[in-house]
Amino acid sequence: MTARALTVIAPRRGWVGVDFAELWAYRELLYFLVWRDVKVRYKQTILGASWAVLQPLLTMVVFTLFFGRLAKMPSDGLPYPLFSYAALVPWTFFATGLTAAAGSLVSGANLIRKIYFPRLLVPVAAVAAGGVDFAIAFAVLIGMVLVYGFVPGIAVLWLPLLALLALVTALGVGTWAAALNLQFRDVRYVVPFGVQLWLFATPIAYPSSLLSEPWRTLYAVNPMVGVVEGFRWALLGTATRPGPMIAVSAAAATLILVTGVLYFRRVERGFADLV
Amino acid sequence: MPHTAIRVEGLGKRYRLGEGALPYQTLREQIVRAAVQPVRRLGAVLRGGSTFTSRETFWALRDVSFEVSEGEVLGVVGRNGAGKTTLLKLLSRITEPTAGRAEIAGRVGSLLEVGTGFHPELTGRENVFLNGAILGMKRAETRAKFDRIVEFAEITRFIDTPVKFYSSGMYVRLAFSVAAHLEPHVLLIDEVLAVGDAAFQRKCLGQMENVAREGRTVLFVSHQLSAVRQLCSRAILIDGGRITGDGSVEDVIEQYLAATFEAAATPLAERTDRAGDDDFRFTAAGVFNRAGDPVSVIGSGEPVSFELSYSSGRERLANVAMAIHVEDLLGRRLFALATPFTGEDFSTLPPEGRIRCTLPSLPLVAGEYKTMLWCSVNGRLADRIYDALRFSVVDADVFGSGRSPNARHHGNFIVPHGWRVADGDAVLPPARAREVGAQ
Repeated sequence: MTARALTVIAPRRGWVGVDFAELWAYRELLYFLVWRDVKVRYKQTILGASWAVLQPLLTMVVFTLFFGRLAKMPSDGLPYPLFSYAALVPWTFFATGLTAAAGSLVSGANLIRKIYFPRLLVPVAAVAAGGVDFAIAFAVLIGMVLVYGFVPGIAVLWLPLLALLALVTALGVGTWAAALNLQFRDVRYVVPFGVQLWLFATPIAYPSSLLSEPWRTLYAVNPMVGVVEGFRWALLGTATRPGPMIAVSAAAATLILVTGVLYFRRVERGFADLV
Repeated sequence: MPHTAIRVEGLGKRYRLGEGALPYQTLREQIVRAAVQPVRRLGAVLRGGSTFTSRETFWALRDVSFEVSEGEVLGVVGRNGAGKTTLLKLLSRITEPTAGRAEIAGRVGSLLEVGTGFHPELTGRENVFLNGAILGMKRAETRAKFDRIVEFAEITRFIDTPVKFYSSGMYVRLAFSVAAHLEPHVLLIDEVLAVGDAAFQRKCLGQMENVAREGRTVLFVSHQLSAVRQLCSRAILIDGGRITGDGSVEDVIEQYLAATFEAAATPLAERTDRAGDDDFRFTAAGVFNRAGDPVSVIGSGEPVSFELSYSSGRERLANVAMAIHVEDLLGRRLFALATPFTGEDFSTLPPEGRIRCTLPSLPLVAGEYKTMLWCSVNGRLADRIYDALRFSVVDADVFGSGRSPNARHHGNFIVPHGWRVADGDAVLPPARAREVGAQ
């Protein structure tokens, strides 16, 4: 054999770790997969980028009407529209990312059957493609914050990390769902339903301050609790002191991601035969 | 002494015959499956093992060993289902082997299809970059080769048009062109030259010859024996998942042709290259003409019947589905005759018997054809034989005009049709189709 890089093909058994070097080597493909998703989405829809804003915005209107006005839901002393929209922006990013990731292997079947690349790129690209929508919706959020006369403090520096937490959660649950979806197509029906339930299990329409400690911190094993409460705190200065919640959420999200990726890696060797 | 570029040792791939692999499933079978499956599968997933419920397995590739030297162009031949594509999928790491080991030195490019990842909404330019990335080209590399790619594809004017507006010829040309500019050390190719029109095919072949001459190692799978002969110096023959021949391209092709004719000449009952459980076997197959006589040659457009004899170990067969796939000699599937389509429900069949499938008129142009026979019992693959029955079709002046289509210029099918002219804006009623075979 020559000094050229040697590709070894042999059966693998059991659990395998993540080959980060390989993922890095394929970073350009990841970029193109994300780029394709984003480009196609904006080309195929009439409203294009405005969908990114419309979805959380309309949900906010509905929430404000029913929860804010009719049910008189408390909102930590914030104007209800701002209260719910600040939560809906990261939530929409999470929900779209999770849904896209769950179906990504099936919709990417064509690639998987015809070419080799680290399969993890597929759900990662699906989640990352939602980043553009998120950025647009977030810009609108900043606008709203300023219009309502709030001046965010130094805590905004936490926002990138909180967005990362939403991404990790979406990716963690997404890899689980994507891998399971190949073997049990039922997952396709479970995911939208699960996302719907999850929306109400997350303090979006209501504040987590309805719960007393220690339940409030425990509640944050749902990682989106930490994200949502963190967003409100970082942007709007709510007095909820969400530090412990964010820590719990981060731990939970990491656990989901690590197990999800390991499970994904364990079953990925059969993907091409299943899709 | 040249270096080894590909070394394969005892490579094998076992597939499980899941029920899901059957191509024709009735709604009833699906409902029954749906009721039983979740329980079984949930059990399987809790045990953390495989979710296949079927214990039936077969080796698509078994104990395959060979070496390819650097700069060698190796052809892989064998009939449909022999394991050629499986070999390529293993070497390109799309799927994992069950046994054995392979080593490839250098950058590997694999081409199992042209235009993988092409998106109809994106422009030609965008697709070139996307497809390049998918095939493993760096962005800078694609950019450097961009002009050559577009020029080779002959679509310079349309490069910024979404490919959904491309003709299929343009689409294929662009897709192949990207692939043709890939510069890996080792190139694995499956059947991709069978695309585009004849002129472009020649151009592709020329490009492939250049690739080969530049000292790249190529593994070339094709049904087009002429292309294999032109490109390769050495070939291997795969049959039933094993290597049955390895040598000069001429010798191996000769061996392959001999084997195919031998297989087709072997009575069905004695054929062993079949898949499925042993409960059911096709024992004979024949083509019958209008008069009901067995024939090996039939005229275009004439009524024709396929008769299949079978025998089964069981007293009574329940829920039987059958299909006949008609292919040309290159293995391209032309059409399928299948009981699930016509709604024939062989819910009970005697343990031995004959089944006849009749076409009012054979829609094929003159040429040689072969068939694949397929049968499932109770949703399980019972028998499948490739190249089970060959027959010839001769020209029969179906339109009564003295002229009829031929495979070379007009495709494989004869389709009844008629023409009519109207004056100016006059109403144009549909023309009466000239009945095929009604002469």
